[in-house]
This record gives sequence, structure tokens and C-alpha cells, in this order.
Amino acid sequence: MRSDSILAIPSKDKRGAGAPVPSVLLALGAERVDAELGGGLKGDGLHEFYAARGEDGISALGFALGVAARRQAQDGRPLLWLRLSKGPAARALPYGPGLAELGLSPRQLTLLLLPDGKALLRAGLDAVRSGAPGVVLLDMQGPCPLLDLTASRRLALAAEETGTMVLLARGGARPAPSAAHSRWEVAAAPSPAREGNMPDAPAFALTLLRHRGGRDGLACTLAWDRDGGLFCDAQGREDGQAPASRPFHPVAANDWREAG
Amino acid sequence: MMMPLASAPLHMALFLPWLPSERALLAQAVAPDVPFALIEKQRGALRLVAVDRRAARLGLTPGLPLADARARVPELVSLPHAPEADAALLGKVVRLCGDFTPMAAPDPPAGVLCDMTGCAHLFGGKEALRAEAARRVGALGLSVRVALAATGEAALALARFGGEDVRALPIEALAAGEDVRVALARAGFRTLGELMAQPSAPLAARFGAELVRLLARLAGEEGKPMTPHRPPDPVRAEMRFAEPVGRTGDVLDAIEALAGQAALLLARRGEGGRAFAVRLHRSDGHVARLTVETGAPTRDPALLLRLLRERIDSLADPLDPGFGYDSIDLVVPRADRLEERQQGLTQEADPAERDMAALLDRLAVRHGAGAILRLAGEDSHVPERAGHLAPYRAETPFDPPPPQAGEPPTRPLLLLDPPQQVEVLASVPDGPPRLFRWRDRAWRIVRQEGPERIAPEWWRRADGHDGNPGLSRDYYRAEADSGHRFWLFRHGLYERETSDPRWYVHGLFA
Repeated sequence: MRSDSILAIPSKDKRGAGAPVPSVLLALGAERVDAELGGGLKGDGLHEFYAARGEDGISALGFALGVAARRQAQDGRPLLWLRLSKGPAARALPYGPGLAELGLSPRQLTLLLLPDGKALLRAGLDAVRSGAPGVVLLDMQGPCPLLDLTASRRLALAAEETGTMVLLARGGARPAPSAAHSRWEVAAAPSPAREGNMPDAPAFALTLLRHRGGRDGLACTLAWDRDGGLFCDAQGREDGQAPASRPFHPVAANDWREAG
Repeated sequence: MMMPLASAPLHMALFLPWLPSERALLAQAVAPDVPFALIEKQRGALRLVAVDRRAARLGLTPGLPLADARARVPELVSLPHAPEADAALLGKVVRLCGDFTPMAAPDPPAGVLCDMTGCAHLFGGKEALRAEAARRVGALGLSVRVALAATGEAALALARFGGEDVRALPIEALAAGEDVRVALARAGFRTLGELMAQPSAPLAARFGAELVRLLARLAGEEGKPMTPHRPPDPVRAEMRFAEPVGRTGDVLDAIEALAGQAALLLARRGEGGRAFAVRLHRSDGHVARLTVETGAPTRDPALLLRLLRERIDSLADPLDPGFGYDSIDLVVPRADRLEERQQGLTQEADPAERDMAALLDRLAVRHGAGAILRLAGEDSHVPERAGHLAPYRAETPFDPPPPQAGEPPTRPLLLLDPPQQVEVLASVPDGPPRLFRWRDRAWRIVRQEGPERIAPEWWRRADGHDGNPGLSRDYYRAEADSGHRFWLFRHGLYERETSDPRWYVHGLFA
């Protein structure tokens, strides 16, 4: 005789088809920042990471990858990284040993190189809708007019439906109105001081430009702690000194909040 | 007057004396100018299974323990023996022999036998055939010895041991057991000719009837039937219509039915398709082809239909049914083993992995399989070899060494390909960098660590052993005052390798 309780085991496959999965918050690890965020980033949400300046694209990408690594630890599904195969992005390629040293498992990562923004958005949406990857990282350098409010709303809705986290790393682009759950501006920050005056863990100067249903305007410096798999507050170690490359756009920040 | 009913039997044998070592060379697993051996653990010790020409010239032979071989030739390079890869290469030679005759079969480990009865004249006679076979196999990069004889055994023996006359061959050429050969040697026999001259009855009484049969086959008196190698027919399903079919929905229904038939055929073979080709034959003779490939073997009609729909959607020039399709067929050109799985209460091993494979297949159909990549790498110190991107279908498990706890990343997130040359100011020519110009900007370095010296892989260079090993690289992790982190290297050691070393940016850290 079959037991009802066995048949009632919920299957992961049904994700997306059945009832919406309740949202999970993804804490970044730094207590002060998580408290400001009301617990963390929305696990099945769309989050945007804008490079503060042209050369900060790598920082936006690095921060997004840190978030992706935390999400993978929470969720276990693989990471799909979509990147442009033409333009400046083609000259710098993701490097497995370096990614492993950030705490990402190369086996759990698939890279999709696409010729233009249109293909990238389409493939990204397909991936998010399928629900197979736990994190979809859209890594776009340069402006992409196709990524408008409608496109981002589609991504956000699909993300909620399948419980997928969608991360948008943007370099060389101005923040535009979108349906993102959070929007960050990321700049490189000096790494925490270390003996021997050598560079240490990745550090990011962050400004929260928008947080749906929460406070924005948060500014902090976080460092990525690979061994703990979390972000930690780097400001304490910096003696409260603000990083040199810190951009600040108080007026613009207000504009963007209304736009979203 | 009697005419011969059939032409005289003729067999061609190919023997690849250096198959394992040449396979390793072709795969570029080893430098072409060092002696090497393929090794395997036998009876508790690593022993040589095959050696290359250079090692053979140095007196190394298969069967020798690796330790003894190293004692004799310290620079000996050892590689693991890969019998499957050798068999695969031998299979390639067998398929190539299919050009000469339909009756070709492998004779493991390193021989191929072809029944050429009645075919030799097509290639201009025996000598021309032998030259042609040697030329074609030689074009694969393999050394080969070709021999022709009436029976297969004789041809194989001649190919292995050389010569023109079976009678002159040593008794090692006899495919009999080791004990029989030892007994024959003790009895004073040295060549097959001496054996053949003996009356067969006493030979059979003393060494067994098998020996007499072997001798008869070698002498060309008795033939042995051979089983030719035949590639299995691809799975194929076809549907013909009394009236041409034009509506896309009908066409897809027909394809679904064909996929169901193909799935049954595949299931019977225990295989799953890796590629599917659908041909739509239009009534005016035009044939439209739709092909899809999958990352994992499958015989799921629903999945196949989804992929085909995707393919039809992404066609640059849409399907034009014209007056309709007369017939549709589905071929599975490539299939792999796929075991039947138990359907039950528990889900299959890893639904997440399966979902991901299905998604990647769909993305591959639309964007091309080349767009999907996985991180791969080799066991090398040279950064661009230690990590690179590989097609996602390639089975390249990649496990970089686990990072050292408490240490910051020593390898960058993005690797510039190729490295970009920069102008660097350093306090001394072989010292750490202080300032560099890159992307029209000066970057002042406030923190750095290095150098991490990476020597060139001289053995990969043609003249690497000859005083031209390439330049060493001194890598520095550098952090600019703006907080950006770079991976810089100086190409060449100052004054030892070059007087004017150049600097490059090779990677960007997060």
C-alpha cells in the first residue's frame, strides 16, 4: 500500500509550474549592512550592480559573483554566467583558477558567450524561466538600450516564478529605470590592510541606489571573505577612512529612486 | 578445361608496430624528442607496456619494470597506458581499410586484417595495393607494415615479422601458446619452414592438433573465415504520406510519431541519441534538413520535439512547405549508451543537473553549441594553460587546487587574452613595479606582492632544449591607489634572459 505522505513529497521539478515559492532572503554576511537591508537581498529577485566608472566593471562583476557564490551555498543549483563574446569583454575571459579562489566551484558554473545584448537578454530570460540554474548572471559591458523597464520586469517576474536569483553586472552604462529589487553602485576599494603591504581580499565600495520596499542611500565598504563565504565590513579595518575612489551622487540617487 | 570458379584467396594484413607510442605523439601528450614509455601496473609493479622508437633504440623493451628502465635511461618519460585509445585509433584504421574491401576487421592489439580476395586488381595489383594501403595509413601519422598472403594468419605473421616467405619466419610467429613455442624451441626448431617440413601426424601427437591446423593456415592450405567489422546501421524512422502534408502542426505530429519509433529502436539497442536529423522531403524534390544535438544521450520524444521547435523558430529562412511534404524521415547519426533507468518513487539521481542539461541543449540549438563553455584547465604552471574555456560537451573535469585558507586570491578573476603590454616604472630594472600606464591612465601602485616566477615550458618548444627555452615571467599582484588590483608580469629576467624586459597586464582581480 502506498502511503500518502510519500506521494506528497514536493518535487523540485515542479518549481515554476505550481505555486510560487516563498521568497528567501540572502544575507550578505556583514551584520550592519544586512540589518539596513532588512535581512538581506531577495533570493528570487533581480539585482543590478553598476560600475561607478569605466574601470570599475571588474568590481561590479566581482561583487555580483560574491553574491552568486553565497546564493549557490544557500540554494545548491548551478550558476549560469552570460557574457558578451564581442567588444571589450572578449579580450578578458573568466579564469577558472581565479574563480575557484573566490570560492566558486568551476563544476557548478557554465558560461554562455553571446554576440549581442539581444541574444544575451533572450538567453537570460530563457534560463531564468527554465528554473534550472539557481543564479543567472548577466554580465553586460556597455550600454544596452534593449534592457528597458519591460525587459527587466520580465526578468524579475520570471525570477520570482522559478525562485532564481538574477544578477545584472553592468559596466560603462548609466543606471536606468528598471524593475530591479535592488540596485547598487560598485567601485573598487583598497583591500583591507595586511602585513607586508600586500594586496588582500577583494573589497568593494558600495552605494545602494535603490532597494524596493526598503531604505536606499546606504554606503558601505565590504570585503569578500572567501573562507567564510561571506562579505564582511571593511570599514572598521580602514579606520573609518573613506576609500579614495568613492563617487557620490546624492541628487542623481533621488532621480533613480523615482524612476524605478 | 576447367576454369577456376573463384579467384585465389588473398588477405592483406596491416601491422602498426608503434601504435601506442605514435598515438601518444599524435595526441601531443609528450614532446617528440624525448624517449618515453607507456606504463601499466602489472603484478604489483609498474611495467613498460609499450615504448617509442627512441626508447627502443636505447634498449628498453616492453615488460621491463619502470624502475629498471629509469635506472638505465633516467630521462625516460612515462605515460599511462591507454588501451581504449589505442583500440579507437585501430578502429579508425579499420574504417579506412573499408575503402579497399568490405571485409576488414581489427586484429588487436595492433593489427588489421582485410580479405582482399578478388579486389586487388581494382587497385592496380598487389604491389600497388600494398603501397596505397601504406600511404593512406601513413597519412594518419602511423608507421605501418603491410603484407599480402593467401590466408589471414600468414599475412598477419608476415606483417608482424617482416619478410616475404612464411617458411623463413621464426617460430615466435606461430599464434600458439607460450608452452608450445618453448617446447618447439627445445626440440630444436627455429623457423616455420623446418616445422612445415615435418610430417604432421607426429607433430600433432607431440604438440597437439591445434599446431598442425595453425601450420596449415600459415602455409596457405587452409583458410579461416573472418568476421568483418561492420558499423551498425544508424537508427532511422520514416513516414510517407499518401497526400502531401503542409501544416506545421501536422508536420510536428508526424515528427513526434517518428521520434517515438526512433525511441523504441534506441531503447532496444540500449542507446540514446546525441544528434538527430530530420529530413523533410517536399513534393518538388527539395529537402529541408533540421538537425539538433543534445549534451547527454536521450530518447525522450518530448524533449526532441522541444529542441526541434526551437530549431524551427531560429531558422534564418523559415520552413516553406510549398505544396507539402511527401515524406519525412528521422535519422540518429550519433548515439551513445543510455541505460534504462528505474522509474519509481524516488526521483532520478539529480533532477537539477538534468534540468540544466536540458536548458543548455535548448540554448545550444538557438545560439550554437560553441557559445556554451565550461571552465577547464590543465596541470600546468603557465597561467593560460592552467585555466581556459572548453566546450561544455567536452568531458573535462576541472578541479583546481583548493585555495589556501586565510590567503587572498593569487589568481585573477579575468584573464586578458592576449596579455596587454604596458609601460612600467620600477625603481630597479628587476624590482617590483611602481607605476604603470594602461588604458590611457597612470596607475600608481601602493601595494604589491611578488615576484612569483613562472619558468617557460621549454619542452613544448621545438628548439626548447637547444638553448632557446623561452622567457621566464615574474608575476606581481599589484594594487593601485584607486583600489584596483592587477596581475602584472615582467617578461624575461633582466640581464639573464633579456636586457630590456617588457611588462604586461595579464589579469584583473576583483
